[in-house]
Amino acid sequence: MIKVELVKLLRRPRTWISVVLTCALPFMVAVFITVTHLVPPPGQGSAFLSAVLQDGALYPAAALALVLPVFLPVAVAVVAGDSIAGEAATGTLRYLLVRPVGRTRLLVAKLISVVVYVLLVVLAVTFTAYATGVFLLGPSEAAAVGQAPGGAVPGGAAAPGLAGQAPTAGQAAGGAVTSLSGAPLSLLQLTERTAGAIAFITVSMLGVAAIALFLSTITDSALGSALGALAALVASEVLVTLNAATVVQPYLPTRYWLAWIDFFRQPVFWRDIQRGFGIQAVYVVVFLAAAWANFSTKDITA
Amino acid sequence: MIITRALVKRYGPVTAVRSVDLDVREGDRYGLLGPNGSGKTTLVRMLLGLVYATSGEIEVLGRRIPRHAREVLPQIGALIEEPAAYPHLSGRANLALLDAAGPGDRTARRTRRQRVDEALEQVGLAGVGRRPVKAYSLGMRQRLGLAAALIRRPRLLILDEPGNGLDPRGIRDLRELLAGLNDAGVTVFLSSHLLAEVEQLCTRVGVLDEGRLVLQDDLAVLRAPTGRVVLDTPDADQVAALLDGQVERRDGQQLLVRYSDVAALNARLVGAGLRVSSIGPQQRTLEEIVLAVTGAGSDQIS
Repeated sequence: MIKVELVKLLRRPRTWISVVLTCALPFMVAVFITVTHLVPPPGQGSAFLSAVLQDGALYPAAALALVLPVFLPVAVAVVAGDSIAGEAATGTLRYLLVRPVGRTRLLVAKLISVVVYVLLVVLAVTFTAYATGVFLLGPSEAAAVGQAPGGAVPGGAAAPGLAGQAPTAGQAAGGAVTSLSGAPLSLLQLTERTAGAIAFITVSMLGVAAIALFLSTITDSALGSALGALAALVASEVLVTLNAATVVQPYLPTRYWLAWIDFFRQPVFWRDIQRGFGIQAVYVVVFLAAAWANFSTKDITA
Repeated sequence: MIITRALVKRYGPVTAVRSVDLDVREGDRYGLLGPNGSGKTTLVRMLLGLVYATSGEIEVLGRRIPRHAREVLPQIGALIEEPAAYPHLSGRANLALLDAAGPGDRTARRTRRQRVDEALEQVGLAGVGRRPVKAYSLGMRQRLGLAAALIRRPRLLILDEPGNGLDPRGIRDLRELLAGLNDAGVTVFLSSHLLAEVEQLCTRVGVLDEGRLVLQDDLAVLRAPTGRVVLDTPDADQVAALLDGQVERRDGQQLLVRYSDVAALNARLVGAGLRVSSIGPQQRTLEEIVLAVTGAGSDQIS
């Protein structure tokens, strides 16, 4: 069944179109930067963008930061939201279930295919961005990163300071981050940290996927479940930036979304990364359990 | 083959199926009739474990449903309301995917291609199996749905409205296909609101009305001669005088006569010098039988 789901995923034009479109945005940004040599000053704009002119090898990280706030969650919500509801809407769900495919099995297969999709998109973005960075922006032997111990990064609001090869410190917006001198990062370290960032982003997207998958078992409208999951994310983003909502902020799904940036500090700043993994694990478990409870006892009338 | 006892399904305040005792025997060609909204589809979905009964028992192929659905369903081929397929894939690819989704050992995998070819051949789609389903006509989709029901070489076919979307030739092909399968030992259970379809194919009928099974019997029994003779004669007055007291109804030249032996009556009339245009035993049509036991369909405004 898992193989069948993967075949369905990979043979679907939508999958590849969304991958290409997601890769196209960082590519476009890179082209503009190459032509104009204009980047946001350190600490402003999307994370890492200020550093990519000095080092094209950092561009994958910059690209991930570009697609993370909107492109990636939208793509994931659409695929996960479509997983059960889409089959219900086309009528194929009932035929799968009487084949028979166990309901739990179907849910697990759908989840795995969503994970594969997330990895596919994230890896595609990383590799195309690496190629773009190296060819358009120029390679570098080592990257230097800004250190920012103790710097909590409010979701989407601020990027950490990143310095180029010059040992000048980057400055984060809001002044909450005390930046220290950048230490050089070897290519191996950069690769390791990029892998860590990919893992973190994948898990974050799984949180989105779990919410969308749960909604997908409730409604027969793929659009409804995808938009529902996105609405939850938008609500979370609003609360993350709201001072009055400080009490709930540590539990919001998007609160630690940008914590993967901490992988690129020297040394790696683990606190927010761990919290991010933790909170996403809770969201994944809770919403998958809810999805399973609902789907396995539901009358299939579609 | 299919037995239900006091089967009830409620959707909130609506009772879709009320205490149905279905009895489909091995080798039957069973036609479940009933107006739209009479509960046919809900009943079929309960038999397949898609919808859970509120109360009552279901036994299919000797095993309880939904508890043993996993063992029973592989031996059943089903068409539930409209057929469904992934539009961007070919008919063949759809069948292969559906087959691969279900439980299967090495034999199932090895014979898949052959079984898919065979099913496409059986429904008359052999030539167009490689075209994407989105290019299929309504009738071709219906045929593909039937092929999907046949790929596992089932012992029992449960078909909900199998004639939908088929042209007269398609209906005839379907009838011949189902009759052939039945001769080969497959039990056929189909639901329909098309009386003619059922009358021509089925040996046993059940009639559902507002969720109740108001009639269930062999078609031969239902259509047994009523002990009355219908005759047409230009000498209606003389015949009426001759058979005084036995004529139940007179409508112009047509008389309905209480008389068990058609041939004897014919001989008597001819012996008396009376002309007979046509003569035969009175038989109720399935339409009369069904209309006599059902009310107005629940989707009609009374």
